[in-house]
Amino acid sequence: MKATVSVTLKRGILDPQGQAVLHALGSLGYAGIKDVRMGKLIELELATNDRAGAEAEVKAMCERLLANTIIEDYRIEIVD
Amino acid sequence: MARSSLRIGILVFPGSNCDRDCHHAVTAIMSAAAEFVWHKEASLPPLDAVIIPGGFSYGDYLRTGAIARFSPVMAAVTRFAESGGLVLGICNGFQILLEAGLLPGAMLRNRSLSFICRDTHVRIENTETPFTGRCKPGQVLTLPIAHAEGNYYADPATLSSLKAKNQIVFRYCTPEGKVTPEANPNGSLDNIAGIVNTTGNVLGMMPHPERCAEALLGNEDGRLILLSLLDSLKSGRFSPKPAMVS
Repeated sequence: MKATVSVTLKRGILDPQGQAVLHALGSLGYAGIKDVRMGKLIELELATNDRAGAEAEVKAMCERLLANTIIEDYRIEIVD
Repeated sequence: MARSSLRIGILVFPGSNCDRDCHHAVTAIMSAAAEFVWHKEASLPPLDAVIIPGGFSYGDYLRTGAIARFSPVMAAVTRFAESGGLVLGICNGFQILLEAGLLPGAMLRNRSLSFICRDTHVRIENTETPFTGRCKPGQVLTLPIAHAEGNYYADPATLSSLKAKNQIVFRYCTPEGKVTPEANPNGSLDNIAGIVNTTGNVLGMMPHPERCAEALLGNEDGRLILLSLLDSLKSGRFSPKPAMVS
């Protein structure tokens, strides 16, 4: 079983990397972009088939290490 | 604890790179004994204070300080801090203290995305801490910064609490001591350059006092921080309670 965790800065917190990419895309002529948010993608391979258990464990990992919930949000996707 | 000389521990993580500078500052400026403490140690030797030095612990992987905070030594440092011992985190040391929850808030990338290595001016906002006793209220120090993640962030409730409890110790300012957006090198909330915990015994600061403590280096402002710490240790008011430190 695999889990993917995406971690992004919370809405409302300035994302300087996203802003830099937004401006770069603008300079390439892509004018229709309202905002760009950058983040991290973390892929985990889990030695379990217990979906609910895996989700609970990955959530704990996010809270403790993978995300800093003061500044970041995370989203977990469990893939069979 | 009856020891003839003061002993200050300096944590060493994989990627620490200001540990030797701090060792030199402790011995040469503070005339105290300095001892490196490897991050794998689960307990601290008998110490009077702990310095968490600058650098790039664990290559700044994931987030600055995020992995270092789980090193075994940090549990011992947490006990040391909770027992009243003085802890000074400089640059990456500040980032580690934030990740460890010993100080509130978090660090974001610098607003400019650049690694910034230059002198800054900081205004002393609180002289009542064990680290700033030699400073005058509102005094402006010139201290160098060297970081890419020094953009301090805290939510509005935390910021209010920091202000109400007088926990903001340093703010970036102009040479004349004005706290302005232009004087803010990295985008830090409220120009914050350093804060203490509510009990005042844990300080995190982005500027490097150990890099500017000798006339030979062209700037001695950092001495004020190091010698304030020394005064506090000599006063005996900030000794960790031994029973609580294992």
